[in-house]
Amino acid sequence: MKTNSNRSFYLIPYVVWMLLFVVAPIVLVGYFSLFDLHGNFSFVNYQNFFTSVYLKLTLSSFWYALIITGFTLLIAYPTAYWLTKTKHKQLWLLLIIIPSWINLLLKTYAFIGIFGVFGPINKFLELFGIGKQQILYTDFSFIFVSVYIFIPFMILPIFNSLDKMNPTLIDAARDLGSSTWNTFTKVIFPLTINGVKSGIQAVFIPSLSLFMITRLIAGNKVITLGTAIEQQFLVTQNWGMGSTIAVFLILFMVIIMILTGQKDKGELVNGHNK
Amino acid sequence: MKDIIQAVVAILVVSLVLFIINFQLDKTSGRSGNDSISVYNWGEYIDPESIKQFEKETGITVIYETFDSNEAMMTKIENGGTSYDVAMPSEYAIEKMKKNDLLIPIDHSKIPNLTNIDPYFLDLPFDPGNKYSIPYFWGTVGIAFNPSLLDGQTFESWEDLWDPSLKQEVILVDGAREVMGMGLNTLGYSLNTKDEGQLQEATDKLKTLSPNIKAIIGDEIVETMRRGESAVALVWSGQAADIMYVNEDIDYAVPKEGSNLWFDNMIIPKTAANVEGAHQFINFMLDPKIAAQNADYVGYSTPNEQAIKLMDPKVTGDERFYPTEEMRERLEVYKNLGVETLGKYNELFLEFKMDAQ
Amino acid sequence: MDTTSKFSKLYLTLVFVILYAPIFYLIFYSFNSGGTMSSFESFTFEHYAAVFEDTRLIMILINTIIIALLSALISTAIGVIGAIGIVYLQKRKSRNALLSLNNVLIVSPDVIIGASFLILFTMVGVKLGFASVLISHIAFSVPIVVIMVLPKLQEMSSTLVDAALDLGASKRDVLTRVIIPYIKPGIFAGFFLALTYSLDDFAVTFFVTGNGFTTLSVEIYSMARAGITLTINALSGLIFIFTLLLVLGYYFVTNRAKNPLRNGVPK
Repeated sequence: MKTNSNRSFYLIPYVVWMLLFVVAPIVLVGYFSLFDLHGNFSFVNYQNFFTSVYLKLTLSSFWYALIITGFTLLIAYPTAYWLTKTKHKQLWLLLIIIPSWINLLLKTYAFIGIFGVFGPINKFLELFGIGKQQILYTDFSFIFVSVYIFIPFMILPIFNSLDKMNPTLIDAARDLGSSTWNTFTKVIFPLTINGVKSGIQAVFIPSLSLFMITRLIAGNKVITLGTAIEQQFLVTQNWGMGSTIAVFLILFMVIIMILTGQKDKGELVNGHNK
Repeated sequence: MKDIIQAVVAILVVSLVLFIINFQLDKTSGRSGNDSISVYNWGEYIDPESIKQFEKETGITVIYETFDSNEAMMTKIENGGTSYDVAMPSEYAIEKMKKNDLLIPIDHSKIPNLTNIDPYFLDLPFDPGNKYSIPYFWGTVGIAFNPSLLDGQTFESWEDLWDPSLKQEVILVDGAREVMGMGLNTLGYSLNTKDEGQLQEATDKLKTLSPNIKAIIGDEIVETMRRGESAVALVWSGQAADIMYVNEDIDYAVPKEGSNLWFDNMIIPKTAANVEGAHQFINFMLDPKIAAQNADYVGYSTPNEQAIKLMDPKVTGDERFYPTEEMRERLEVYKNLGVETLGKYNELFLEFKMDAQ
Repeated sequence: MDTTSKFSKLYLTLVFVILYAPIFYLIFYSFNSGGTMSSFESFTFEHYAAVFEDTRLIMILINTIIIALLSALISTAIGVIGAIGIVYLQKRKSRNALLSLNNVLIVSPDVIIGASFLILFTMVGVKLGFASVLISHIAFSVPIVVIMVLPKLQEMSSTLVDAALDLGASKRDVLTRVIIPYIKPGIFAGFFLALTYSLDDFAVTFFVTGNGFTTLSVEIYSMARAGITLTINALSGLIFIFTLLLVLGYYFVTNRAKNPLRNGVPK
């Protein structure tokens, strides 16, 4: 096989690229996390991370991510399930995906208007005599907008795994006298667990790092790990602390990847997200 | 293979055409040319008309970019990779930039219009002799409020914001020093304190404000107050002027416990590419007519004595925006706290934000 | 059974309405002469005119498109060559290592990518602006292209290449006449995906931009902070049509490859 050495020639640009833009940045983040505000080598940032403020921040960030992922799954699973039952399912799927291709900032901007004091939701509430409510800048609006943004990324992997499932299995289960609920919990759900895992991975990690929505929709009353990193880097200029939080976010990411890991990694591509 | 090559060529051609279109647009909008300066300023902080006039008069084109906090601006300048020629930071940022050797001394012989500035605003402690900075605007921090939305309630003191009737009504500006400063002032402490006990006390005090907080945001405040969506906000004086320009129901007060008096000055960063052009721009902005027109547009208070003479006395006589020297006495100017203390402020501000529900 | 299907239809309709409501809400008010997003006064095109009169906005729009086209093109080139390299890598271990690295960049939150690139660029001394934005967009697009191209390469049997070589084809010929034509649908899909990712990116660009260079997302962010202007609405109307065309183009290209959308999912 004399072609082998030549074939690896193809790899050079790619490997160089990956070294420069995956390995080097991660190493740099790790390196920067080891310097304090005065540029001296120290572990002070790590010490700091384990103080109440940052621990609380991490916990609340996880809590919000958990809620967002939960609601997204709750809404996306039935959608994906019933989508596979429609006639032109690929077309319908495409229609579900299109909104996710509209610029994220525009959708967020739309919600500023929709949830506004004079917006349509409040008009609707007034019509029913409930009266004006403050909707923008609340936990509700933050979770709603996040779920809205993530839904397509959850539907896609679940849809794919449901679609791959052999329908005769369900018939078999029914023939054997299994109830609808039992068929779902014992047959359908376990068979689509990989899709669900991919979906969770595609939603949970980005929810930990949302930062633009926390500002525009939650009015900075929700702080995620992502917001904290952005603030440390671009506002308070404490790159060391920012890098430390980033190191932990990378750690959490790896743990989540392992927990939801599976051989069928390709579906991840649908999850790359803001 | 052939269609791939075709596609590649097509993409390259389209990109090239777009480049050319952009270049042409650049030219027609008068932004291109061999002589240009780039100005880095706060959002909504200059009259676009005065930039056009400057370009017309000098033939120097202005590339204009905005920032939304002193810290964000310093980050971009400090990290290099930028070549801004003029920027308008606040006093404590200037002090810090001076210390970090980020500024170029200003040649006063090239700024003849400096004589138009009220001496009160010259030779201040953060930049003795105005070696590095030239006054641009000044103002205060206070409370903007809309009595018509609050059954006529008015505000005189910071303490009024804690009123239980204001549940989910109060908007704060997203700045560590402004918000922490409010906490400190409420307790009668200095805005520049380095005392950890006082800072902690101020944070605890601020946390009790949590139920009243609607949001902690920035430029949005102007719009939401104007439209009557929000009733009370901690703002900079110029934001208040902006709001009141559109919505006459709104009033502004500098709280009696004391507040912040600030100065934004023009500086030339070390990384500047066109120092000569930067001087011309600074001098141009000090021209009485330009300064007056700019102050009219922006709504902040101008330090330019000659410009004030050209402006509507109703505006310049308004003590809410042009407080008398006596009133300025109870206000405090930010000092550069040093990285350590500033870090503490930021951390406590984060703690406070975490607590806001 | 009938009731479930009725319920399912209702449910799906509801999901669709919610997914599209914000977009149509934006577009609806882009025709409002009233200037707000709450009360519709009368029909007007003035906000669309305002978009076209604003040369700065048009220039930002063009910049965004140039960045998207170039980054998608370059990342496709690097990604395709890389994928070919990975598939023909003999050692299983190094292949898996490369694939994991590839995945790291895909799963990484944008904040991490943005922050780490900001460190990288300032360390190396790259001026923040067009170049830094372009490089970052290429960087996060390369792994996506690899993922889109890999399955096509894997399903191509190696005997095809061997046969060509036996028949006396040069290595160049094998690449241009055998491999690339075979994986073409994957290449196009990768290109389109890279294009949309670049157009949609906010967080990474937000970190690495400077010196007056902005893309549409970053500009919308600063416009949205300043409050509601219906110019943004008009812009979103235009973008919606543009995206729709892009999606149709993508659908058309991948449909030629038989299985739309699932093209990128390796078995």
